[in-house]
Amino acid sequence: MTAFLELAHISKHFGGVRALRDVDLSLEAGEVHCLVGENGSGKSTLIKIIAGVQAPDPGGRIVLEGREHSRLDPILSTKSGIQVIYQDLSLFPNLSVAENIAIGSHMGLPRPANWNRISDIAAKAMARINVNLDLETMVSDLSIANRQLVAICRAMAADAKLVIMDEPTASLTRHEVDSLLRVVNDLKSRDICTVFVSHRLDEVMEIAERVTVLRDGGKVGTFDASEITSRRLETLMTGHEFDYAPPRPGGEAAEVVLAVRNLTRPGHYEDISFDIRKGEIVGLTGLLGSGRTELALSIFGMNPPSRGTIEVSGKPLIASSNRVAIASGVAYVPEDRLMLGLALGQPISANILATVLDSLAGKFGLIDPAERVAAAGDWIVRLNTKVSDLENPVGTLSGGNQQRVVLGKWMATKPRVLILDSPTVGVDIKAKDGIYEIVHRLAAEGVGVLLISDEAQEVFYHTHRVLVMRQGKLVSEVHPLSSTERNLQEVIYA
Amino acid sequence: MPKTIQRWTRSHEFWLLAVVVVLSMFLTAATDSFLTLQNLFDLLTSTSFAGILAAGLLVVLVFGGIDISFTAIASVAQYVALTIAKTYPIGWFGVFFVACCTGILCGLFNAAIIHKVRISSVIVTISTLNIFFGLLIYITRGDYITSLPSYFREGIWWFEFTDSNGFPYAINFQALLLVVAFFMTWVLLNKTNIGRQIYAVGGNEIAAERLGFHVFGLRCLVYGYMGFMAAIASISQAQLAQSVTPTTLIGKELEVLAAVVLGGASLTGGNGSVFGAVLGVMLIAILQNGLILLGVSSYWNQFFVGCVILLAVSATALSQRRRYA
Ligand SMILES: Nc1ncnc2c1ncn2[C@@H]1O[C@H](COP(=O)(O)OP(=O)(O)O)[C@@H](O)[C@H]1O
Ligand SMILES: [Mg+2]
Repeated sequence: MTAFLELAHISKHFGGVRALRDVDLSLEAGEVHCLVGENGSGKSTLIKIIAGVQAPDPGGRIVLEGREHSRLDPILSTKSGIQVIYQDLSLFPNLSVAENIAIGSHMGLPRPANWNRISDIAAKAMARINVNLDLETMVSDLSIANRQLVAICRAMAADAKLVIMDEPTASLTRHEVDSLLRVVNDLKSRDICTVFVSHRLDEVMEIAERVTVLRDGGKVGTFDASEITSRRLETLMTGHEFDYAPPRPGGEAAEVVLAVRNLTRPGHYEDISFDIRKGEIVGLTGLLGSGRTELALSIFGMNPPSRGTIEVSGKPLIASSNRVAIASGVAYVPEDRLMLGLALGQPISANILATVLDSLAGKFGLIDPAERVAAAGDWIVRLNTKVSDLENPVGTLSGGNQQRVVLGKWMATKPRVLILDSPTVGVDIKAKDGIYEIVHRLAAEGVGVLLISDEAQEVFYHTHRVLVMRQGKLVSEVHPLSSTERNLQEVIYA
Repeated sequence: MPKTIQRWTRSHEFWLLAVVVVLSMFLTAATDSFLTLQNLFDLLTSTSFAGILAAGLLVVLVFGGIDISFTAIASVAQYVALTIAKTYPIGWFGVFFVACCTGILCGLFNAAIIHKVRISSVIVTISTLNIFFGLLIYITRGDYITSLPSYFREGIWWFEFTDSNGFPYAINFQALLLVVAFFMTWVLLNKTNIGRQIYAVGGNEIAAERLGFHVFGLRCLVYGYMGFMAAIASISQAQLAQSVTPTTLIGKELEVLAAVVLGGASLTGGNGSVFGAVLGVMLIAILQNGLILLGVSSYWNQFFVGCVILLAVSATALSQRRRYA
């Protein structure tokens, strides 16, 4: 079988930065090829070279359908059937869904715009992957997940032979990921090659036929999916082994820090009861819409329950606002750390201390700058964050470090109960590991943690027990020590 | 389709239209002369220059650029065209042809510099405003052109009719050019694939490049179009003024920019409509006209125009913030 596309000796420098070094890659019709590597390992750069958006350094060879090129350009690669769903989606926020999907029909020489054709193309592309969005809505009004669907539809609308998806699942829920994986299978059945870039190795293992691993701009190797495991992939990606043993269980006799009894809010969740003990990490998982986030927000005082009680360390919590909740020792780190958790333009120190400014205030309500820096610096050390200057804006930090700043911000309130909503979404493996380490350390210091996550693997390996919700009800409790990951998956998707 | 209606009532244009209607009703009630044919024709005629420029500038703003140099381009275009027309019998067609070529060349010069040097279009066009204007003043020494050819002085005067007071009216040159300019721009932006590419680049230039859009070609087209419209506007203005003065047009840039922004075009690109720009131009024209009719001292004129722009822009910004909150 001849390859649809073959790359040989591809290198790429950006100024002094070497993004790729001597990479080979061969893609065959109808295969599902996963490309994995940590952040910065060169995946996106490789994709841009295939798309013709960037030229490789001289010396590389690209053979596309038997014809040799020293570089590609966007028009040539599109004409040859290469479609890319970029990591940033590359959509036009000011145009409608239909126009975004059918943007290809605006290309070329001047001529009248054919609006009927555009709606037609868009409707067909959506039908192919079974999504249903309003054609006239502006893309700027869509959620991130829906934008992702638009980007996928755009690739579907063209007559593609190779579809490349650069981290398409980073902001999708499990449910949406499943439909995406079905799309990939559908493409395969039509002999279209898919290149799938992802951080989530469980997904990769689910669909890949071959996996290419990049590390530091170099290719580690291409492997048949059948001869490799996700543990092995991780080692290949990072160059060292990670310890994935489930954490030690918390003491059975420890004090109960959070007691929830018969908590109900019609339409959100129903009759929820559970305890969290001091030093315990409890996982909370379930499909999208199962009520996890709503429940968490209620405990944090932002979604008042209509019935039931919450007690923190034995004291009833009438969670009428998040201020009350914070005062009684509940902390909450939101799912979308960028939108809700941080003021990105503000200095790191100000962000960490945002929740405790009152306690730092001196005699006249003013805050001593030196004390502020000392307090923030203390947290940076405890959270193991790499920061060159506390006064830099948080927006300059990497995703994993931003996440740690959010954690620091809440830890500064010295909580008894810490609620983490999907803390590792969009974070690479190394940074994930750092976050788990933080969570384990906090638990060791006596905080009771409620870890909400979509990923069965995450809650299975990093909690003492897992609560599973379905349609607003607690349906099961799984103990990782006496169960298997597969068992947990089955409970979630039952 | 209730969804379409809902989208429309939420749009910037809808609110602007409401303001224009309310302001017009107020002026009709408060003055005798606002809603007279004569006043409306005068309004149309005197708005022609700013309106045609607004049509050109809208395209630049939608593309994600900005042009400040168009008044200088207009000055150069009308001076070159009418200097030639003074000595050679080039006729109407010749006047337009020379003016438009001059305008387009100036626009292409802007586009080339912005593209090659990759600096912001504000800086480039502020510089070229001074370059074009400086050269014009140096070469002409600021001299007027007054002896224009007779066909040019007469202009056009179609469908003449007389009202009950014996005043004659007609579709004049200025009104015609204004309508044509907006219509052309509407066709370009909404009815051609090139117009949609202009919106796309304004919305996300990097994405457009990745898809293989010819961004440099589009940039030339957009700034060339601005130069073209500046030339048309300059001919309209010269015909109305019956003379060419190199210095009169400079200083009108911000008024035109304000009208287009008032019409909903964003300075960050990708947004704006021809209808909105028409309303923006109308609102400013009616406001200025109304202030005169109400007998408000002309010193207040700019003050009120400034206030209205600030109000409108703040209202839009606030309502958008609420939408995304
Ligand atoms: N346009 C660019 N200019 C400079 N450096 C870049 C550019 N694009 C990527 N890089 C660098 O190249 C390396 C690889 O980046 P990328 O391909 O985006 O990695 P990945 O997609 O695997 O996270 C990184 O060190 C990144 O900083
Ligand atoms: Mg990437």
